[in-house]
Amino acid sequence: MKPWLRQHRQAIAAAFGKLAAQRSAAVLNALVIGIALSLPAGGYALLSSLRSVLQGALLEPQISVFLRAEAKRADADALGARLKNDARVRDARFVSREQALKELQAAEGLGEVVASLSRNPLPDAFVVRPKSADAGDLEALARELRANPAVAHVQVDSAWARRLGALAGTARLAIALLAALLAFGLVAITFNTIRLQILTQRAEIEISKLIGATDAFIRRPFFYLGALQGLAGGLVALGILWASLAALNLGVAELAASYGSSFRLAFLEPGDALAVALFSGCLGWLGAYLSVSKYLLEIEPK
Amino acid sequence: MISFSSVVKRYPGGQEALKGVSFSVEQGEFAFIAGHSGAGKSTLLKLIPAIERPSAGAVVVNGQNVGTLKRSALPYLRRNLGLVFQDQKLLYDRSVYENVMLPLAFGELGGREAARRARAALEKVGLLAREKANPIQLSGGEQQRLAIARAVVNRPSILIADEPTANLDAESAAAILEIFAAFNQVGVTVLVATHDEALIGRFAKRVLRLSGGGLVE
Repeated sequence: MKPWLRQHRQAIAAAFGKLAAQRSAAVLNALVIGIALSLPAGGYALLSSLRSVLQGALLEPQISVFLRAEAKRADADALGARLKNDARVRDARFVSREQALKELQAAEGLGEVVASLSRNPLPDAFVVRPKSADAGDLEALARELRANPAVAHVQVDSAWARRLGALAGTARLAIALLAALLAFGLVAITFNTIRLQILTQRAEIEISKLIGATDAFIRRPFFYLGALQGLAGGLVALGILWASLAALNLGVAELAASYGSSFRLAFLEPGDALAVALFSGCLGWLGAYLSVSKYLLEIEPK
Repeated sequence: MISFSSVVKRYPGGQEALKGVSFSVEQGEFAFIAGHSGAGKSTLLKLIPAIERPSAGAVVVNGQNVGTLKRSALPYLRRNLGLVFQDQKLLYDRSVYENVMLPLAFGELGGREAARRARAALEKVGLLAREKANPIQLSGGEQQRLAIARAVVNRPSILIADEPTANLDAESAAAILEIFAAFNQVGVTVLVATHDEALIGRFAKRVLRLSGGGLVE
């Protein structure tokens, strides 16, 4: 085996040995790091789950056009023909008042209410899918439709999704800020752990320097120790996240089912989970690097 | 091999430990650095592996001016030197064998050859049977022999010892010096600092005597 490879293997073994020797402290550190990292990782997982729902709503804006109750079928046909010929409209689906009532009856908990009605209160409607998702274009089309005397109400359905999208953007930024803050905390934790390790091994470091160890040789086990500690924290964070999402999904499943949805909070994609663990390991390494750079130079043989 | 030219060592505060010391030790030579406590023996020895740097003058070891060596070059200088201290500087959380293996960990040797070297070094100092023991279980003389085994395991060309017999009885001290003499016989340059005149008298070797930071003979 090549000397440098052997030295790396020895350094990794030494780092594992140090973790094993201080098992309680190592477990506590991994827990602290894990809990801290699970917050931004959880936020990210939540946003990722919502993103698919939001993207569908954002990418396919709809305009609901409700006709007046007194509007005749001929008015509906005329509006339908106009929409069909409008270059700005991808398609327009006519929902008759009878069809709308049927859909309402089929909705959970509303069957009895609908049955008790003496007459159908719902209007005829069009569900319009415009070609453009631009807010200005949507509003211009909605304005024109409102001007039609047969139209009672026009609702641009994408507005709520846009607001939700803006909210999600703000949440993403908040999560990024939280992640940055907690990453700083992780670096600080590792910095301190390695500082204590260096102080504990002061005599060994001094002797090693005396008998010809290079700084790189002395630094290496500390780097691996920091990276291992970070990695362990990252894995704990993923474990916490997985368990939390599983628990939350019990409630979410019930709530989603009441809306006829199979929505679930999804765990991170494999690539994202790997990134969390590796990022945590890198932060541990960074903490170790900063600590070793500061304290190792101060130890010189006397 | 080792050359001091008008070497001055001044510590912060102005105290002069060495005052213009000049001498040279040839390859394969055995020399004592003698003198009372505070004469400058330890300071002189610390200049050779660049644990201390000279304030003036030049210390040349194996052709290298160690006073001007970069920090990054010091490990390679020290690997060619065997260092033995009065307090042994052993690792008490490792076994005897692991202490001797330490200098080989950052060398070029493979695991099997390193193990063979370590055991050979322990055999030379008579500690092979105690390889699994903890250094704390060894007597003072055995601990010093362990320190020598660690110092020679890398086969250095120069062996430097600072008061290696200070805490030992006369018999153990003589045994330690016999080990140094044995290494010297196979070509290793040996430099031993001691204040024990009786011990110096038992070995007919060159003596560099320090007094008040200056060389007096």
